[in-house]
Amino acid sequence: MFGKLTIDAIPWDQPIPLVAGAVVGLGLLAVLAWVVLKGHFPYLWREWITSVDHKRIGVMYLLLGLVMLLRGFIDAIMMRSQQAVAFQAPGYLPPHHYDQIFSAHGTIMIFFAAMPIIIGLMNFVVPLQLGVRDVAFPTLNSVGFWLTATGALLVNISLVVGEFAQTGWLPYPPLSELPFSPGVGVDYYIWALLISGVGTLMTGVNFVTTILKVRAPGMSYMRMSMFCWTALASNLLIVAAFPLLTATLIMLALDRYLGFHFFGNEAGGNMALFVNLIWAWGHPEVYILVLPSFGIFSEVISTFSGKPLFGYRSMVIATLGICIISFIVWLHHFFTMGAGADVNAVFGIATSVIAIVTGVKVFNWLFTMYGGRIRYDTPMLWSLGFLLTFVIGGMTGVLLAVPPADFQLHNSLFLVAHFHNTIIGGVVFAAFAGVVYWFPKAFGFRLHEGWGKAAFWCTFVGFYVTFLPLYAAGLLGMTRRLQHYEVAEWRPWVLAATVGVAISAVAMFCQIAQLVVSIRDRAALRDETGDPWDGRSLEWATASPPPVFNFAFLPDVKGEEPYWAIKQRAIETQHLAAAGEYRAIEMPKNSATGFVTALFATVTGFGLIWHIWWMVGLGLVLAYVGFVVFAWRDEDEYAIPASEVRRIDGERRRAREEWLRRRASAGEVG
Amino acid sequence: MTATATVTLPRAPGLHATAEAPGHGEGGPASTLVIVAYGFWIFLISDIVMFSAFFAAHAVLQTATDGGPTGRELFDLRRVAIETACLLLSSFTCGLSALAAEARRVTWTQAALFVTGLLGVAFLFLEMHEFAAMIAAGAGPQRSAFLSSFFALVGCHGAHVSVGLLWLGTMMAQLYVKGFRADIQRRLLCFNMFWHMLDIVWVAIFTLVYLVGVAR
Repeated sequence: MFGKLTIDAIPWDQPIPLVAGAVVGLGLLAVLAWVVLKGHFPYLWREWITSVDHKRIGVMYLLLGLVMLLRGFIDAIMMRSQQAVAFQAPGYLPPHHYDQIFSAHGTIMIFFAAMPIIIGLMNFVVPLQLGVRDVAFPTLNSVGFWLTATGALLVNISLVVGEFAQTGWLPYPPLSELPFSPGVGVDYYIWALLISGVGTLMTGVNFVTTILKVRAPGMSYMRMSMFCWTALASNLLIVAAFPLLTATLIMLALDRYLGFHFFGNEAGGNMALFVNLIWAWGHPEVYILVLPSFGIFSEVISTFSGKPLFGYRSMVIATLGICIISFIVWLHHFFTMGAGADVNAVFGIATSVIAIVTGVKVFNWLFTMYGGRIRYDTPMLWSLGFLLTFVIGGMTGVLLAVPPADFQLHNSLFLVAHFHNTIIGGVVFAAFAGVVYWFPKAFGFRLHEGWGKAAFWCTFVGFYVTFLPLYAAGLLGMTRRLQHYEVAEWRPWVLAATVGVAISAVAMFCQIAQLVVSIRDRAALRDETGDPWDGRSLEWATASPPPVFNFAFLPDVKGEEPYWAIKQRAIETQHLAAAGEYRAIEMPKNSATGFVTALFATVTGFGLIWHIWWMVGLGLVLAYVGFVVFAWRDEDEYAIPASEVRRIDGERRRAREEWLRRRASAGEVG
Repeated sequence: MTATATVTLPRAPGLHATAEAPGHGEGGPASTLVIVAYGFWIFLISDIVMFSAFFAAHAVLQTATDGGPTGRELFDLRRVAIETACLLLSSFTCGLSALAAEARRVTWTQAALFVTGLLGVAFLFLEMHEFAAMIAAGAGPQRSAFLSSFFALVGCHGAHVSVGLLWLGTMMAQLYVKGFRADIQRRLLCFNMFWHMLDIVWVAIFTLVYLVGVAR
């Protein structure tokens, strides 16, 4: 009846996951009770859960990503504290539990923290910057989000029902094959990633189509903002790389479920095949995350330097260059596998070439700042922190790209420090820069500067105190993923890293405090004009938060930095451009398709993990029914009447005109 | 797809506003038809990338027979030729359905779609028969890595055909109930693209799996 699922699937003898699961469960119950009792559920359902508005979906992605970032960070605290006490001692985490923690940490951070945050920012910002009203496929967008949430949910269920993979964040065979991982851990990994991977692929298809086919009049390619360019490159990589992950995981699932021999030891299976396939996805994945991050920094550095981005064209070429080169370096993840000196040399050189293209970007950012009047607001601090940190991470990467050096450093903590150096310095810093930068656009008020700066400095210092010692420990020969160790020379470095993670925990506290304080003081932090940072691209042309249709009139783009030109014209003439005739606007209707699909995907995934076959069949049939019900509907758009559009846009225009007057009178006084 | 390029769509100043998009999408958002067809192309490309991973795996594992049967012993080219004929013919009738849809001839469209579906079912039947015979002869996917990759690649194509048939049936029902509405036309166009893509993948399977497998 319930396949492999019995009451013993819950780890009764392990207090840590039990207590953690109970706390999360009670928290969820409390939130649900509050929502239902206070009568918020209809609002949630109408405005968020069934919303196909790209801005709402973007915010939900960010929320999911930030919550999972917290979960992944708690895993990190457990690993660092375990190693702090596990010197010539067993520590407090048994090996099988520790193995699950580092596997969950990597999986969560990449798939369910970094990806949702980056995709969330793209969702929120790209249509606004393109000057349009939504993405190409609004309902598909919602489905993509909810499938990602399904994956996250399955990973979290594994905390208390069964176990998670003990294989590391990439399940290398033969360890991940049935004889060596007989439990459901790897199955949780496979189905969580397959389901959320489908969601990510939908996002990729959607955004490539949006950026190439849905742009405001006059928005030619070379007038697009840098963030849109990097989002395009990132989504092209998603379309080209994620199907490889899907195929590889299907092969692994076939091995585990039906006794196939793709990657096993017997009957001619080939482990190297798995490693090649997974990294042919895995390396582009790094750039799927970091390219939009580069886009965020480009926007922030240009805005807060008060200058157009230096070398825009070279930036575009560099972005697309990285997009292509990222597909021909995957073998550097396993130089030691024995492909031979010639092959290693080719991939080593290709890897080094990426540093040159990235160097172009770094110099462009520096020259953007050069001669600018720089404002050190929180997003700019994150960007400056990025420039320093990412360059260091890049240089240790070039060191690892040299095969002989890699043979010494492979799988050591030096490698761990390197990729945290680039991913934290690149992606996490970008995530926070982007959140602080676009928060007022999303919610109509800024985040508190003081707490934001405190969060930055604690993260920045915490990062260096954690990971510089790990470089040293790695050079001393300490390998990754050690549950306990005996070498006395490593001990001081491990302890130093523990101090660093404590500082990072303070940073996390500052982030939460920043959010709470900002919501409390939202009246004082209100963004009246919709342009809180003196911005340059089109998202700042509309109100904060933007109306559901984004723009009453699609902007007519005449050059690069379209909003900057509009703003300068308004300042010169002391008037906003005259409004045209308001017309009714048709917008896509809400749809429960995404939520319903995800519900059935969860049922199907859970059934597959525990071999509950009736559940799998039920989930699939219901998913198909839901799909047909959606396909059968006759009305998919609703109209916002012209009078309503006039009223909403009138408010925006009044605020802008007020701002123009204030600005003019301030100028007379000055 | 010139066949459906003449379909005109209602123009409303909504999401994908003013339709005409001269040049490189610089005239504003493209029409819904262009957006849907373009998006579906991108999806098909991603699907082909997924197949390429299975092709790569098969190329690597083609000789890993573990002392078991090889392609030369297992493949019956006559059967594969009939399968190919079924699929190529179904692509032809699928194309006919697009022409009939363009001419708004419901009966002909439904008839062409129905024949497409029948040929698809015939193809699937032959494939399942082949799989069953191989498994009965002890040459199932558990026998060797070569056979694992064979069953996964060909089976993945077969799964696509099955999903395509489900879609085909749903489209016929939709066409029956709702007639030639703009969104139904767009879905028929997407289905056509999907079905032709499966044909292209099959040509690659026929060549790289069966012909090369027998020649080896």
